[in-house]
Amino acid sequence: MNSAMYDIVYGRRDLRVHVPLSSCTLAAGSREVYKAVEDFINRKGINAEVHRVGCTGLCYLDPWIMVAGRGLPAAIYVNVRHVDVEKILARYLNRDFTGAYALRFKEGNVDYGVPLLDEKPEWRNQVRWVSRNCGLVDPESIDEYIMTGGYEGLRKALRMKREEVIETVKKSGLRGRGGAGFPTWLKWKITYEQRSDEKYVICNGDEGDPGAFMNRLLAESDPHRVIEGLIIAGYAVGATKGYVFVRAEKPLMADRLEKAVIEARERGFLGENILGSGFSFDIEVYRSAGAFVCGEETALIAAIEGRARPRQRPPYPATSGLWGKPTVVNNVETLAHVATIFQFGVDEFTKYGTEKSKGTKMFCVTGAVKRTGVYEVPIGTTIKKLVYELAGGPVEGKKIKAVQVGGPSGGCIPSNLFDLELDYETLQSYGAIMGSGGLVVIDDSGCMVNVAKYFTDFTLAESCGKCLPCRVGMKIMNETLERIVNGEGREEDLEILRDLGVTVIKTSLCGLGGSAPNPVLSTLRYFENEYREHVENKKCPAKVCPKLVTYVINEEKCRGCGVCAKYCPVNAITGVPGKPFTIDSSKCIKCGSCLVNCPFGAVEKA
Amino acid sequence: MLMSQIGITRVEQEVQVGVARLVDAVVNKYGRSRGKLIPMLQEIQSELKYLPRQALEYISRKLGVSLSEVISVASFYHQFRLEPVGDYVFQVCFGTACYLRGASEVYESLKSATRNTRIAVEMTVEKARCFGCCSLAPVVMVINTKTGDKSIYGRLTPSEARKIALKYSTLTHGK
Repeated sequence: MNSAMYDIVYGRRDLRVHVPLSSCTLAAGSREVYKAVEDFINRKGINAEVHRVGCTGLCYLDPWIMVAGRGLPAAIYVNVRHVDVEKILARYLNRDFTGAYALRFKEGNVDYGVPLLDEKPEWRNQVRWVSRNCGLVDPESIDEYIMTGGYEGLRKALRMKREEVIETVKKSGLRGRGGAGFPTWLKWKITYEQRSDEKYVICNGDEGDPGAFMNRLLAESDPHRVIEGLIIAGYAVGATKGYVFVRAEKPLMADRLEKAVIEARERGFLGENILGSGFSFDIEVYRSAGAFVCGEETALIAAIEGRARPRQRPPYPATSGLWGKPTVVNNVETLAHVATIFQFGVDEFTKYGTEKSKGTKMFCVTGAVKRTGVYEVPIGTTIKKLVYELAGGPVEGKKIKAVQVGGPSGGCIPSNLFDLELDYETLQSYGAIMGSGGLVVIDDSGCMVNVAKYFTDFTLAESCGKCLPCRVGMKIMNETLERIVNGEGREEDLEILRDLGVTVIKTSLCGLGGSAPNPVLSTLRYFENEYREHVENKKCPAKVCPKLVTYVINEEKCRGCGVCAKYCPVNAITGVPGKPFTIDSSKCIKCGSCLVNCPFGAVEKA
Repeated sequence: MLMSQIGITRVEQEVQVGVARLVDAVVNKYGRSRGKLIPMLQEIQSELKYLPRQALEYISRKLGVSLSEVISVASFYHQFRLEPVGDYVFQVCFGTACYLRGASEVYESLKSATRNTRIAVEMTVEKARCFGCCSLAPVVMVINTKTGDKSIYGRLTPSEARKIALKYSTLTHGK
């Protein structure tokens, strides 16, 4: 631990308690924990402070706290309830570390009987490059960012010529972390070469993929890194103004970025003649009203202009973007990588990754695993390592069947292909995409046909309706899937899905339609047997699709309260109070009301 | 008969005047710029909790933008509501992780819990886009539309969701 890090961890008082305040930890109750720590300090009258931090990405441990007393190791406690705070802190101050989950740093050679965080597989296997500060610094303090070497990258970049900045990014091999993996330097170079009185750079923080929240976590935990990257991008292409595009539905992310912009302006990293370089540039945080298609750059630009919907490319934004001017659109994580590359150098970055894709990537692993969270690993890490070693594998008694990679634009990879490496080209050739890096793990209790239907529900609702293939094609695919999950599937339906899927991909105007059939095509490719079960035998093997299961009452669990009969809309349930009730399957419309409302869990699917 | 008709008209007129005044203030703040339509709609909605038809018609006249274009923007983005909402809005996250962990059942449970009481008009249950709290799946966000306060409930079962709905229904009654 260097001295700057020591100061951040231990602060200036006898005791510093770090509490994460980011959207996900707040949802898990960290605000109450924060108050409980404050109360403890005030009541005991000790020389201590609470330190607001962002999130480490180990979501399954939320809310966690880190306690650092002078002369004592920094100890992490997890799944902390506000009522536990007093006991934890009192013990810690007595040098009793029972109940601690891990020690954050190695302190001399004393054995405290608590493992180091570095010994835990979910931490040891990560390369915390771009997420290095997440969960350590106060996201609302520019001073702490500067203490960790922040804005040094910008200083270095401003001493270079614009061409040299672009050349540096080219050497790093950095590719866009938002989905397609387009080389960042090339976007910059094209924009740099345009002659125009005005140019723009935009940070794309829309992040609409369900199951992906690494950008939110990064921007909420270390917002200055993103802002610094955007300023460097602005300098490289000769932009006059930058925008940070965030959803209004992610208010904390927008607030933290806005605060970072204000602080950066006060310190002279933004505004006129930045750091005496002669370069003038400012940033505005734009709160979008939320639409999945806004992840697509032309739709994002349209939103800033007050319109809706994407448009045909070319011309690409690099030549004609916002207000018709040359515009670079980079993802949040990409820009944070830029700042980190300039701070630590290209060689540090290119140590990791594959031949074609350098560096690291943050992945969100959610769904049917033990340790859901955000993990930063080198590009090229295998799916198996990420899902089993980092995320801890399946929950008790279950078997993992597939991962869904890349959200509604991506696809499913079956478990027999988990040796595949996570990189842009490999995933694409197997029918998925890297996307923003969301992995949803599906175990044997999930139905792949139902998952495919779920994604078409999503893309159908999100289709802007401008072009026919996406508007009508996705509608027909969705209706076909609806038929199949309802047990009304026809022999030709699988062919319709394949045929239409390929057509929609080939003929849609923007990236949304161009990838919307992927979840269907990839499940058809790897799980055709599940589709066939639905179509030919009218069975859902995972017992998920409501119309293909029968509802029965378990006589041993039923206490005869009659709640099920009350909720049944077709009077299919009868019985005498106090004795087990029965469902008449000929009348049952399989709405599931009884199962949802039974207080004893006695209604079961068969 | 006549009096009550006048009464209704008067209330409607008052509402219209109020909406017009609000739109005027918002347009003055942002300027008559087509490019600021989305922030203007956001501000109107934060006041009125939804975008009434009159507000859309009035802003279209003020900005000289066709009504169809205003409605196209208002109906395209998720944040905008074109219908009034109840005192409490229950947003059930329908992100992938929540969906796989039973968001549909939670949604149905909330629907039936609010349907089966006499307070249905004051509670709105809707499906929402991913909140990014996937590790807490399935997740429900309850928004108090009067104060804007938001509470998140995670790792829910249908019966727990039902209990939460009932808890809020008594709050609504008590006010």
